[in-house]
Amino acid sequence: MSAPRPTPTAPIRAAASEPLRRFLQVARGAGLRVSAAEGIDAARAVDLVGFSDRTLLKDTLGLVLAKTADEKLLYDETFELYFERDEFAAANDPETKPRPEAQDMRRGAPDGLQEMGGPDGQSLSELLESGERAALAMAMEIAARESGIEKIRYFTQKNRYARQILEHMGLHELERQMAALRQRGTPDAAARAQFLDERVERLWDAVRDFVERSLLLFARGETEQLHERLLKSARLENIDRGQHERMRVLVRRMAKRLATRYAVKRRRSQRGQLDVRRTLRRNMGWGGIPFITAWRRKRIDKPRVMVLCDVSGSVAWVSQFLLMFIYALTEVLSDIRSFAYSGSLIEVSDILEKQPIDEAIVRVMAAMGFGSSNYGAALADFEEGWMEHVTNKTTVIILGDARGNSTDPRADIVDRVAQRAKRIIWLNPEPRSAWGTGDSDIHRYAPYCSLVRVCSTLNDLERVITDLLEEAA
Amino acid sequence: MHNVEKNNPQRIIRSIDEVDAGLGAAGYIASRQISTAVYIAHHLKKPILVEGPAGVGKTELAKSVASWLTLPLIRMQCYEGLDESKALYEWKYGKQLLYTQILRDKVGMLIGDADDLATALERLHAFGDVFFSKNFLEARPLLRALEQPYGAVLLIDEIDKSDQEFEAFLLEILSDYQVSIPEIGSITATVPPIVVLTSNSTRDLGDALKRRCLHLHIGFPNEKLEARIIASRVPDIDARLLAQLVAFVQQLRGLELKKLPSVSESIDWARVMMLMHASVLAEDMVRDTLNVLLKFESDIEAAAKRIADFTRKAQQAVAINR
Repeated sequence: MSAPRPTPTAPIRAAASEPLRRFLQVARGAGLRVSAAEGIDAARAVDLVGFSDRTLLKDTLGLVLAKTADEKLLYDETFELYFERDEFAAANDPETKPRPEAQDMRRGAPDGLQEMGGPDGQSLSELLESGERAALAMAMEIAARESGIEKIRYFTQKNRYARQILEHMGLHELERQMAALRQRGTPDAAARAQFLDERVERLWDAVRDFVERSLLLFARGETEQLHERLLKSARLENIDRGQHERMRVLVRRMAKRLATRYAVKRRRSQRGQLDVRRTLRRNMGWGGIPFITAWRRKRIDKPRVMVLCDVSGSVAWVSQFLLMFIYALTEVLSDIRSFAYSGSLIEVSDILEKQPIDEAIVRVMAAMGFGSSNYGAALADFEEGWMEHVTNKTTVIILGDARGNSTDPRADIVDRVAQRAKRIIWLNPEPRSAWGTGDSDIHRYAPYCSLVRVCSTLNDLERVITDLLEEAA
Repeated sequence: MHNVEKNNPQRIIRSIDEVDAGLGAAGYIASRQISTAVYIAHHLKKPILVEGPAGVGKTELAKSVASWLTLPLIRMQCYEGLDESKALYEWKYGKQLLYTQILRDKVGMLIGDADDLATALERLHAFGDVFFSKNFLEARPLLRALEQPYGAVLLIDEIDKSDQEFEAFLLEILSDYQVSIPEIGSITATVPPIVVLTSNSTRDLGDALKRRCLHLHIGFPNEKLEARIIASRVPDIDARLLAQLVAFVQQLRGLELKKLPSVSESIDWARVMMLMHASVLAEDMVRDTLNVLLKFESDIEAAAKRIADFTRKAQQAVAINR
């Protein structure tokens, strides 16, 4: 216990060593959020445990960098990938030798092609002839660092980086040598040129492969983010079926974020503040000496929601995602009742509650979907069956393009719903420019709605739902 | 008060093996990851956020660390609506009010001979905030943890059950080991406590909180580790039975169940087996005691079909070296 050890309170050198810095960059590229503070923590932790024990290093960095189960998986994968890829560099302890080769090379580079080739100053042709894979891989690694491979982000950059790496490895010099060999014209020289040619071809493949792996490593998070951004802003009807699984994951994640943000806002009895009035009143019996204290309380209701979804034609896609969104939010909404309509209207709450949402939606669509709409008839169905359940706490969300194929729009029913309900939100998947054209009745419904919105992308949906929750909070 | 090494109230852990051994002596068989986490947390002075399914020993970890380091364990159970008056400190309002009433005469005497209101007020001011001093402060777990002279192990249990505001409120304590009390000022820990937070991930915790913690995920242990854990808790168990029992539970975890049996359930099950004087795993006995492992009727039904099969496989398990 008395051994003089660096006490934890002593400032620990927190300079991230080079390999760690590179790994952090890789981790960020892979989609882990590593803040500067976490970087410092990682450096301090690595200072404690060192680089020598790979498992220990992995556990340690994992503690600092990965903060959820998902991130743990991602981290494990990244760690393995990184150190597998980096194994030649790591083999000669990265801590003690912070890439001296690379720095030497930069200095001696311009025409010292002899040094350009590999760690032992072999030229590329020598390397190729010797066929030593480890040495070749090492040279590739160094050349890759020289060409800044960690900045690769898109697959379109693959060829450029491959070319650059080869050039750094000394491709120009090799080509000159090969040209010289061919010019000499002797069968011996031609054979040698032929041999080198094959080897270079193979090297190309190896380098392309290497770049491909690097792309996976450095850019996965980035491409994923780009993809998500695209999906969120794409019109829902244009998203093809292949992407639906990904969309579901996205919706769930967005919903989860909203749910956590608003879950706490409800039922917050705010203790900590004395309610003077109630305290005095409660203690009247003791002649005003306050023995019992009373506290201020605040109660926030969850919004009650009724969703009416058009499931006909192109609107169906948006309905599907709206329902998915709403049902992912059950924690923060209460009494969700959902209805599907096209020519007529039915309640689908049961189907949606009892089955996994993905299956349920397919069933709802099968039961009702893709008919031609009749808004008047659907609204009449609603008034007849469920109007009595609309209270002044209910938010009614109607999703539809308000195109009733020239049938009677029955805007009077919407008027009556509006009088009973807290508010009506109308979501229209059509762009605003199309409103009121042809058989669109949206302008007839609009006066009774507290909010009429274009809603055709995931981003739109998120905004609407945020509004809904915001209003209640 | 505690038998802490003299002149060195702040014990320094020198290696991960020391953690292993220490926790082992306290009856907690830790995986390498857990020991690493404790070691790093100790040196980096960071809280550990432990996540994982119920019953894998998240809470037990904090208890064992406390008993190993002979530090007091201060436990705070989180729940919805928990706020700083219950977690940090509260003014003893009753006492304050009572004292003002009792001291009414004294106050009267004090300001009785004052000529006007201004003088009376001045005299009152001279006494400062007598009623907002430490005498009227009721320390709750967090404050108590900071005030321990030799440090403490602070267990913040099921942080995911608390509100988001509360999480934000924890940030100051977790990063600086200090709290501010408006009437008194900030109180800094004499010796920073070892903080263990546990979460069952019923909701996502905020990034700010996660950033301040080391994140340790404890999953179900593998066969070998589980056998060691059970053996340490149920020392008299027959080696063969232990191996079979663990093999059975491990197979059960492969099923799709509402609630998978955890380590605490396996320990309970082992105890039940001991009570029944079993020396090998027998099918009908498994059937009778399955409710120790599984807590839902539907789970028991789902598992019932596979019992024969699982038992047969488990019976082939050989005793693992203990």
